[in-house]
Amino acid sequence: MKQEDFKDNEYIDKLVEELNATGANVAVGNLNKLINWGISNSLWPLTFGTSCCAIEFMSLGAARYDMARFGFEVARNSPRQADYIMVQGTIVHRMAPVLIRLYEQLAEPKYVIACGGCAVSGGPFKKSYCVVNGVDKILPVDVYIPGCPPRPEAFFYGLMQLQRKIKVQKFFGGVNRKQKREEFFATHPGFNKENMT
Amino acid sequence: MSDIKEILSSICPEVTFAEGTDTLEVVVPEEKWHDFAAQLKNDKRLDFDVLTAVVGMDWKESVGVMYYLTSTARGWDLLSVKVVAKDRKDPYIHTVSDLWKVALFQEREVFDFFGIKFINHPDMRRMFLRNDWKGNPLLKDYDANPELNPIPLDDEKDEDNTCSYVEDAKGKIKKVPGLVFGKDEYVVNIGPQHPSTHGVMRFRAAIDGETVTKVDVVSGYIHRGIEKMCESLGYPQILHFTDRMDYMSAHQNRHCLCACIEKAMGLEIPRRAQVIRVMMDELMRISSHLLAFGCTAMDLGATTAFFYGFREREQVLDIFEKTCGARMSMNYNVIGGVIADLHPDFCKDVKALIDIMPERLKEYHTVFSKNIIAKNRLKGVGMLPKEDAVNYAITGPSGRGSNWSCDTRKVRPYSIYSELDFNEVLETGCDSYARYMVRMREIEESCKILAQLVDNIPEGEIRAQVPKIVKLPVGHWYHQVEASRGAFGVYIESDGTKNPYRVHFQSPCFNLVGVMDLCCRGNMIADLITIGAALDFVIPDIDR
Repeated sequence: MKQEDFKDNEYIDKLVEELNATGANVAVGNLNKLINWGISNSLWPLTFGTSCCAIEFMSLGAARYDMARFGFEVARNSPRQADYIMVQGTIVHRMAPVLIRLYEQLAEPKYVIACGGCAVSGGPFKKSYCVVNGVDKILPVDVYIPGCPPRPEAFFYGLMQLQRKIKVQKFFGGVNRKQKREEFFATHPGFNKENMT
Repeated sequence: MSDIKEILSSICPEVTFAEGTDTLEVVVPEEKWHDFAAQLKNDKRLDFDVLTAVVGMDWKESVGVMYYLTSTARGWDLLSVKVVAKDRKDPYIHTVSDLWKVALFQEREVFDFFGIKFINHPDMRRMFLRNDWKGNPLLKDYDANPELNPIPLDDEKDEDNTCSYVEDAKGKIKKVPGLVFGKDEYVVNIGPQHPSTHGVMRFRAAIDGETVTKVDVVSGYIHRGIEKMCESLGYPQILHFTDRMDYMSAHQNRHCLCACIEKAMGLEIPRRAQVIRVMMDELMRISSHLLAFGCTAMDLGATTAFFYGFREREQVLDIFEKTCGARMSMNYNVIGGVIADLHPDFCKDVKALIDIMPERLKEYHTVFSKNIIAKNRLKGVGMLPKEDAVNYAITGPSGRGSNWSCDTRKVRPYSIYSELDFNEVLETGCDSYARYMVRMREIEESCKILAQLVDNIPEGEIRAQVPKIVKLPVGHWYHQVEASRGAFGVYIESDGTKNPYRVHFQSPCFNLVGVMDLCCRGNMIADLITIGAALDFVIPDIDR
């Protein structure tokens, strides 16, 4: 996709401007760019499918949609080898501690994509007694992909948004990426542990 | 029917018969239930060899269980047995898991949801919810306050302990603690986050060297409480849940729920809608079996075969997308018929699919089925003799791989299946390879059904006239269809209002995972994955 096709996220452009305005060191700045170019083009997902969205994710891996075109194809089964968790499906109470543990096992820099209605907000199961209403209640989320399940094209759009987000981060300090889960909840009072119901 | 009534009364004079139900229903006093059940199973005149469904119930003044039994020898007669626990506060019912092994898991589910303790059940643990969960969610007076059960952030404790309830000679019930695994056993944990468990299923396998000695299934990592949610929604609103349980049998599951509601309403479905439904069911079956083929291959490390399976699956999804508007979670069946008419390209696309499938199946067999590695990994692995398949109520391709004729489309035909010419696929191998081959051959049969219908779709309405607010009369109904993985059942109890009083989904995968322990014992730990792949369970269908 071309730059002008991303019309709905001026905030990223603003972020870039802001970063440039602070006057980054030329050497570090270029190194940042190089590293981000590398990371964003070899994003390895952790296979974490709990329900329907996982099947669509499998379609992404198959021949027609072929996510290898973007460098997403190396789906890892161990969080220690993966760059991001793509939460595909409902997270229920029994799964929540497992998901948190998987997230904590991911190596930095790490990202979370909430994929599908259930992961975004609880979706059709919002009223259930044991469904976590959105993974952002327990994890900091980078990209939301709505849909039930999202179409493969929507998956790609979400993944490419993540790539764009990565391209503006500062690997050597700054911005949000060194943020830990605890820090996220400390800076987002709406999401703190006491409010998690 | 009347002679069965006589036999039942002669075995146990205390039984009473309920009136106005869609199946023969007996009410049995709790203290007589176990002996009566033994008679039902062992008496050759009755011969109820399959426990089809176990439905926990809360009738407000009492709690109890509805058992649905089937006799395969006598034309798949369905009998429902109502057993009411004596004390609502502290309910006990005698287990029947010693007679029908399928009850081992089914009764644990009832225990989890209703708190009914089953006397003499060997392993009375919760099935879907964490063992520190407070309350039993499907009771009508359950306190849904989220503060009682906040999102847990710590791991579950106390996982190795179990208990059972035994009755002594005086009729006093005692809780006996037990252990899931022996003290000296070496236990390997697999899952819940593991790609080859086909979702978030967790197995704990005790191994001796590389040989599995016991498998403990820990389920509930995707338990969403669908049955409870149904109770607060109207009938048209609960339909979409079925698409999200076994998403590989979305059409069949929804067909089942719609048919059950239609049966209760006494609604006649237009012929065109019937034909469309059956065609969609068969397309879904093809897509599901193609996915099963791909996943079985991938679990064995054959990534190429996965691409082949998905290539044809995309073609099926295109057909769905054109007519239903979605690739998955189609939400196509509605009460009274289907939601939209067929796309103009539908017949052309279906014909194109039927045309290429025989050729493609040959290709699959060349690539994978005849491969020596595949054969070595699948043949003679995960043996499931026919008696066990019946006892554990393993239906669908897995049951037919054990040479058990259990296709609901044949044995208890619904919709227009009785008019169609197709064969029930049976294999005698009883192993993983037989189950795999049943799936591959079922694709051919599904194509055959599609070929018969594609040129004979009648003109007419796609939907019967249905009132805006659907209300069912007071009563309960049970309906079964053949989903991609076996007999899928829906139980609806209505109290006459616009919301169902109780909905229960009897999922085939729940029984499939119940047989993992039996199939894996004595096999290598690496074969646990292939056995799971060949049984082909879908986890959200188990957990609901």
